[in-house]
Amino acid sequence: MSKPLQEHDYIGLSEGPSMETSEKNKGLNLKATELRLGLPGSESPERESKIRYAIKGFVSGAKRGFSDTVNGGSGKWVFSGSEPDLAKNGGLFSPRGVTGGGDGGGKSLGGSESGSVAVKEAVPLPPKPMPEKKPQVSGSAPAAKAQVVGWPPIRSFRKNSMASNPPKNDENDADAKSGSGCLYIKVSMEGAPYLRKVDLKTYSSYTDLSLALEKMFSCFTIGQCCSHGVPSRGLSESRLIDLLHGSEYVLTYEDKDGDWMLVGDVPWEMFTESCKRLRIMKSSDAVGLAPRAMEKCRNRN
Amino acid sequence: MDPKRSRNSHESVNSSESTRFPDEVLERVLSLLTSHKDRSSVSLVCKDWYNAERWTRTHVFIGNCYSVSPEIVVGRFPAIRSVTLKGKPRFSDFNLVPENWGADIHQWLVVFAEKYPFLEELRLKRMTVTDESLEFLATSFSYFKAISLMSCDGFSTDGLAAIATHCKNLTELDIQENDMEDNGGGWLSCFPENFTSLEVLNFASQQGDVSFDALEKLVDRCKSLRVLKVDKYVKLEQLHRLLVRAPQLTDLGTGNFQQELTPRQCAELESAFSNCKNLHTLSGLWDATSLYFPVLYSACGRLTFLNLSYAALQSGDLAKLLPHCPNLRRLWVLDTVEDEGLEAIGSSCPLLEELRVFPAAPFDLDINRGVTESGFIAVSRGCPRLHYVLYFCRQMTNAAVATIVQNCPDFTHFRLCIMNPGQRDYLTGEPMDEAFGAVVKTCTKLQRLAISGLLTDLTFEYIGKYAKNLETLSVAFAGSSDWGMQCVLRGCPKLRKLEIRDSPFGNAALLSGLAKYESMRSLWMSACNVTMNACKLLAREKPRLNVEVMKDDETDSQVDKVYVYRTIAGPRRDAPPFVLTL
Repeated sequence: MSKPLQEHDYIGLSEGPSMETSEKNKGLNLKATELRLGLPGSESPERESKIRYAIKGFVSGAKRGFSDTVNGGSGKWVFSGSEPDLAKNGGLFSPRGVTGGGDGGGKSLGGSESGSVAVKEAVPLPPKPMPEKKPQVSGSAPAAKAQVVGWPPIRSFRKNSMASNPPKNDENDADAKSGSGCLYIKVSMEGAPYLRKVDLKTYSSYTDLSLALEKMFSCFTIGQCCSHGVPSRGLSESRLIDLLHGSEYVLTYEDKDGDWMLVGDVPWEMFTESCKRLRIMKSSDAVGLAPRAMEKCRNRN
Repeated sequence: MDPKRSRNSHESVNSSESTRFPDEVLERVLSLLTSHKDRSSVSLVCKDWYNAERWTRTHVFIGNCYSVSPEIVVGRFPAIRSVTLKGKPRFSDFNLVPENWGADIHQWLVVFAEKYPFLEELRLKRMTVTDESLEFLATSFSYFKAISLMSCDGFSTDGLAAIATHCKNLTELDIQENDMEDNGGGWLSCFPENFTSLEVLNFASQQGDVSFDALEKLVDRCKSLRVLKVDKYVKLEQLHRLLVRAPQLTDLGTGNFQQELTPRQCAELESAFSNCKNLHTLSGLWDATSLYFPVLYSACGRLTFLNLSYAALQSGDLAKLLPHCPNLRRLWVLDTVEDEGLEAIGSSCPLLEELRVFPAAPFDLDINRGVTESGFIAVSRGCPRLHYVLYFCRQMTNAAVATIVQNCPDFTHFRLCIMNPGQRDYLTGEPMDEAFGAVVKTCTKLQRLAISGLLTDLTFEYIGKYAKNLETLSVAFAGSSDWGMQCVLRGCPKLRKLEIRDSPFGNAALLSGLAKYESMRSLWMSACNVTMNACKLLAREKPRLNVEVMKDDETDSQVDKVYVYRTIAGPRRDAPPFVLTL
């Protein structure tokens, strides 16, 4: 049932030699074609792969503001799913989790059902918007606790208002996420039946954002695979096989002027200020936006 | 009393000899009734009264758009001029309801266009409204006067342009806290030059510039304008120009309140404010600091409602401003004012009836700032008339809440949000059960309650036992077992809306309300312990309820979200795929 994964460059031509290499480096090629919103200069430490799933014109060494924002080597453009919370319900609040045990039994969600309820809720189910999870795995300043969807109960308008008008603090908090409210924008993906919303303020880099988006939209590409069984390390090889049908995705955004831009060119802060909405496009539609870096990356292996 | 309508005179002739008011008299009297609760009661008296009521009703309030269909509404009430509709469950405000859930206004408008050509007012809350719908509305009802959209989505400023262009008699355009796409501020320029009827204009939630020139001219020619709430892109000096053209305003929402002004500009602004003799409500004030508060002082004495929740003020700022506002009844602030700011409220605003304290940094779980229980106590001491509170804090104690309700026993709305879910009394380490116990025992008029903190079933026992006037209850991360929810369902006779999230209530709890749900507007349960079988059972036993489950995985029996509501319209015909009607 594993489908042969065809590698395509951005013009949509498949590469003949990739089939042979795919037999040889099956894992690598699978990774190459998985849904990864990779940006230039990013590597996947887990995979130890130099394959870059580039979403930008990748002439290696080309100047791009983005790579400045990725701390060398720590960029994780991987479909790692490595957020430990996934398995232990950190994403969606459980009373026990947050209160460090709660009081004895009184607050538990009840018997064994709580386990299943908890895990189920931790799964990035489509209706739950991403902001429930702070990207703790990204290496940015760790949040003490995970965020919960829709909690505290504040309307979006108010959240967004406070995002643009952060309260004056005496503390100088360097963490971009802190104290400045939220900035929700819509994220659409081609082929997905509905859109999602993400809060750009909960991410401090393109890496975080990419990770979150991969998790959020993986459900559309791997169907039922995105579920309890995801190991903390990331998708297993067998899952990757079930992944994409060889298509690649590109992350674009609409800026204040209404133009569709490739994500990754400008510094993160500038991006969050000008981004109005995100769109995950099929690379075949993104002709000209991200030429052959993929090919170059592969050739390097 | 529309003379053209056909009369049902047979019934009058055959009714008993007891009350033989001529229809005209009955209708004349009933047409003076405005409260929809009264009208409901009237319609139940007898057939005559039912008919008289339905012919004389001009406003219909529909609290759940799926409880009834537009066809049924127009069939019963032929003479409606004003409609209020509410759509999505309240938790949709907090992203708990997926997009494209429904509550689309369009089908309603299509039916209304045919049956209510004289429709004048439409007030919507949590509905999906597209630009096409707004255009349809604007072009289908020649007498249309007032539109109010609160917490709605699906439209952009293009829709507003359609309204401005076509509604020649518009008196009210009220766009509050919506998810509105911003395609530019040009819509304001669409009001025709000879258009002068506007009384209410609220575009505070717009996220971009409007044409100030068009706004100024509009304000200038609409002499009846009494409510003006601009967005935060309108600057202080522009505000001045608006105010001098509209000194009759009763309700003002300023734009950005921080701008370099010369002393002369300040003086002019101050003068403009003092000329607004009718101003009783002030909001907006984005980025306000105490620097420009003095321009407001002359108007502050008349203020009854002050909304500072978009101004991150410190306690000192508030302490400077409030002594000038002794007549405040309603005050909204951010928790940046801290406890000292709340003390200033307690000492300056003895007539205060409503206080809302919003968190400035709600998602910052590590911060230990904001307000605490002592601020709340300070307000309760100084403001004995307090009856509505919405309070976001990071710590609370049972004793504090007990003191607060001792000081203010008249609470009708008590919404306490301790932001860290499941948090205990920070002094004693106990659950917060006794706090809410005190609330329900002392505040006998309580209609609305939102609970938080670490809570066991005891809280719910208290609620069921004492909260006899409770109509709305919001529960999150609370309770220990089914018993809690059962207590509430059994004990609160006036309960209409129950919304629960992340609490350990399961099938037994859900099913214990079997007999009750038809007397309620709706029940929402998400992230609880309910399974499909129980939902199916409920649906089977109660055909007049819609039991809607939102699930991701059909094979799994665990229910993620269930929304139960009474309806006479049958199952939804427009349900998206992720909503299963059982």
